[in-house]
Amino acid sequence: MMRFIRSALVIARRDFSATVLSKAFIFFLLAPLFPLLMGGVFGGIGARVATQTERPVVAVIATQADMNRLAAARDRMAQAIGDEALVRIVGFPPEPDLAAQQKHLLASRQPPVRAVLSGGLSHPHLTGALGGDPATIAQLKLLIANARSTELALPPDVEVTNVPLSSGSMIRDRAVTAQIGEMLLFFLTILLSGMLLSQLIEEKSNKIIEVIAAAVPIDAMFVGKLFAMLAASVLGIIVWISAGAVIIQFMKHGGVATLPPPAVGWSGFLILSIVYFAMNYLLLGSVFLTIGAQASTVREVQTLSMPVTFAQVLIFGFAAAAIGNPDSTEGLAAAIFPLSSPMAMLARAAERPESRRDPVADDLGRADPSNRRPAVSQDRAEIGPTGALVAVRSSLGDRFPRHLRELCHQRAMREWTMADSRHAGIGPDFLVRSTGEGNHVQR
Amino acid sequence: MLRQAQPERIDERFAVQAIDLVKDFGETRAVDGVSLEVPTGSIYGLLGPNGAGKTTTLRMLLGIIDPSDGTRLVLGRNRPLDAAPEIGYLPEERGLYPAMHAREAIAFMGALRGLPLPEGRRRADALLAEHGLADWAKKPIRTLSKGMAQTIQLLGTIIHKPRLIVLDEPFSGLDAINQARLEELIRREARAGATIIFSTHVIAHAERLCERVAIIAKGKVAFDGGVDEARARLRPVVRLHTRASDGPWRSAIPSNARKEGGEWVFELPPGGPEPLLKALIDGGAGIETLAIERPGLHEAFVSIAGDATAAEMGREKPE
Repeated sequence: MMRFIRSALVIARRDFSATVLSKAFIFFLLAPLFPLLMGGVFGGIGARVATQTERPVVAVIATQADMNRLAAARDRMAQAIGDEALVRIVGFPPEPDLAAQQKHLLASRQPPVRAVLSGGLSHPHLTGALGGDPATIAQLKLLIANARSTELALPPDVEVTNVPLSSGSMIRDRAVTAQIGEMLLFFLTILLSGMLLSQLIEEKSNKIIEVIAAAVPIDAMFVGKLFAMLAASVLGIIVWISAGAVIIQFMKHGGVATLPPPAVGWSGFLILSIVYFAMNYLLLGSVFLTIGAQASTVREVQTLSMPVTFAQVLIFGFAAAAIGNPDSTEGLAAAIFPLSSPMAMLARAAERPESRRDPVADDLGRADPSNRRPAVSQDRAEIGPTGALVAVRSSLGDRFPRHLRELCHQRAMREWTMADSRHAGIGPDFLVRSTGEGNHVQR
Repeated sequence: MLRQAQPERIDERFAVQAIDLVKDFGETRAVDGVSLEVPTGSIYGLLGPNGAGKTTTLRMLLGIIDPSDGTRLVLGRNRPLDAAPEIGYLPEERGLYPAMHAREAIAFMGALRGLPLPEGRRRADALLAEHGLADWAKKPIRTLSKGMAQTIQLLGTIIHKPRLIVLDEPFSGLDAINQARLEELIRREARAGATIIFSTHVIAHAERLCERVAIIAKGKVAFDGGVDEARARLRPVVRLHTRASDGPWRSAIPSNARKEGGEWVFELPPGGPEPLLKALIDGGAGIETLAIERPGLHEAFVSIAGDATAAEMGREKPE
C-alpha cells in the first residue's frame, strides 16, 4: 500500500508541477475572463438588437380623455413593474368605420400592432393575435381597471424603512448564488476532466506510459493523475476566489461584506464549494480517465467522451431543476444520486442550512425585538392595509413547492396594488377576439 | 488461462525464468509457448525479425501486460511489478516529457523506481557529466537531439542501479559513436553485476555483446543457448583460391562446394584442415589464398531460424 501511495505521489507531483509551472496555466487562470468578455460582447449585441427592434404595441381606439387616463394608469404601473415589462399602448381617435380602422391598424408596420383595443373604458373590446399571450390581456385588464378608478389615481402613502436584508431578497439572492455555484462547478469539472483526458492521451502518444506502466501499478498512475489535476484546479479556484474578492473589495461600495451571503455563510460555502468540486471532479475525472485508457487516439477519445459529456449535461440539468426547491422529490433525488449530488448539495448549501443556524435568518429574527422569533419565510409575510409587515400566514406553509408559492404571491401583490379596493381581485371583462397572426408575427 | 503456479524449481542462478509464455491478441497468437532462462549477471540477447514477438515477450516479463498462459519469475518474484525497484527498462519507442529538463527526467525515472528525488538529481548530475551532457542538464528534452534524448532515457533506466536491465531495441536510431558508447555502457553495467536483456534484430550487436541468445521466430523460441553453442552448430567455412584451374587436387574439394568470384567456398571436411591441405599441395593446386572462417551468428541464425526468417531480418548491419 505504501508503495502504491508513493508511486501515486511521484506521478501526482510530476503532473502538478508540469501543469502549474507551464505557461498554459496562466491562460487557465485567466479562463474566467473569457466568459465574462464573451457575455459582455454578446450582451451588448443583444441589447443593441433589442433597442433597434421596434416593439409591438396595442393600438387603442378611444377618446382623448380615455386615452389620457389609460396612459396615466400605464405610467403608474410602469413605476411598479418597469416599462419594459409592460404592454405598450398607442392611442388613435375613433373613425366612422371601426372595422376598417381595426383592419388598417392591424396591418400597420409603423409601429407594428399586436392588437386593437376599442370601445373605450366603458365597453373595452380587444381584437388581435393574442391567443398565446394571456399576460398582455391581463395587463390590459389591470390598466383599464386602474384607469377607470379615480381614487386609485393617487396611490396611498407608504412609509418606507430600508433594511439591508429581507427574507424575499435573501431567498432570491441565494437562488442566484446556488445557480452560479452549480454552473461554475459543472463547467469547471468538464473543463478539467477534458484536460486530464488530453494529458493521458498525450502520454500514450508519447510512449511515456510504457515507462510508467513498467515501474508502477497502473492504478497508482491514474490516482496520481487525478489528484494532481485536482490540486492544480483547487489552486486555480483559490486564485480566482481571491482575485474576485480583491476586485469586489475595490470596485464595489462596501466591498465583499455587502455580498448577499449564502445560507451557510460565505466561509462555509467556499469550503463546501471546494469539497463538492473535488467530489464532482473525482467522479467525472475517473469516468474520463477510463475513456482515456480505452482510447488510443484523439479521435477515439472524442467519439467516446461525447456521450459522457451529454450525459453530464443532463445530470447538470437534473441538479439545476432542484434550485429553489431543495426539499422537493427531484431535489432530494438529485442530492442522493451520486453524479448529481455534488452540484445539488452545493445549491443546497447556498439555499438551505441543515445543520447550523442561518446567520442571515438570525439577523432578521433579531430585527423584531418584541418576540425574537426566527425569521419569517418569504411566503408567510403579508403587507397589511397600513403598509406594515403585520401578518404571518402559515396556511401555504410547506405544502406547496416554493416556486409555485412565489408565483401566487407575486401575482397577488401585483393585483393588490393595482386593483380597485372596492372591487378587489375583479378586473374589467372584455371580449377578446383573435385575428390570427398579427404583422409582428409575420415579422 | 493464466497459470498462477510457481515454476517447478526456483533457481537463483537465473535472473529471469519464463515457462511456456503465451500471449493472444484476439485471434492472433503473438507469443506461442516461449520458455527462457536468463543467467544472473549475463548479457542476454533476444534475436528475431520485427514482429517475431520479442517486445511482447519483454512486456510480459516486465508485467506491463499479463500472459494469456504460462508463468514467469523475475528476480525471484512471481509479480514482476514487485521487483520494479530493481529493474530498469528502456522501451523500444522512447518516451520522455518534452518540457521536462534532462536532469529532472532522469531523476523522475529513478523516482518511479523508488529512488528519492534528491538522490536521483545528484546521481543525474554525475551521470550527465560523465556522458558529456552536463551543459544540457537544465535544458528541456525538446531541445535535445534524438541521440541525446535516447542517452537521457538510458541514463534514467540505470539511475537507480537496477539488478536487471531490459533494453528493447536499444541501438535503433543511434549513430555509430553512440552505439559504441551504449555497448560500453552495457558491458560496464554487466561488469558491475547487473543482468542485461536486450532485444535486437541486428545480429552484429548480439554477436559482439551477448553471452547467451534466444532466437525467436513467429512467436516461438528456435534456439536458446550460448553464442558459441549456436555458432558451433555449423562447420567452419573454407575459402580457397588456386592458381591451377584443374588437376588431381579437385578430388579434395567436396562435391557441394560452390564458386564465388573465383573462390571455392565449402564447409571444412570432417577430417579437418590437414588432410585437405596435403591433398591440395600434393595435387598441385597452387594455393593462392586459403581461409578457414568460423561461422558467424548470422550464419547460425540462418541455420536455426531458416532462410525465410533470415531474409526478414534483412541481413541488417549495425548502423
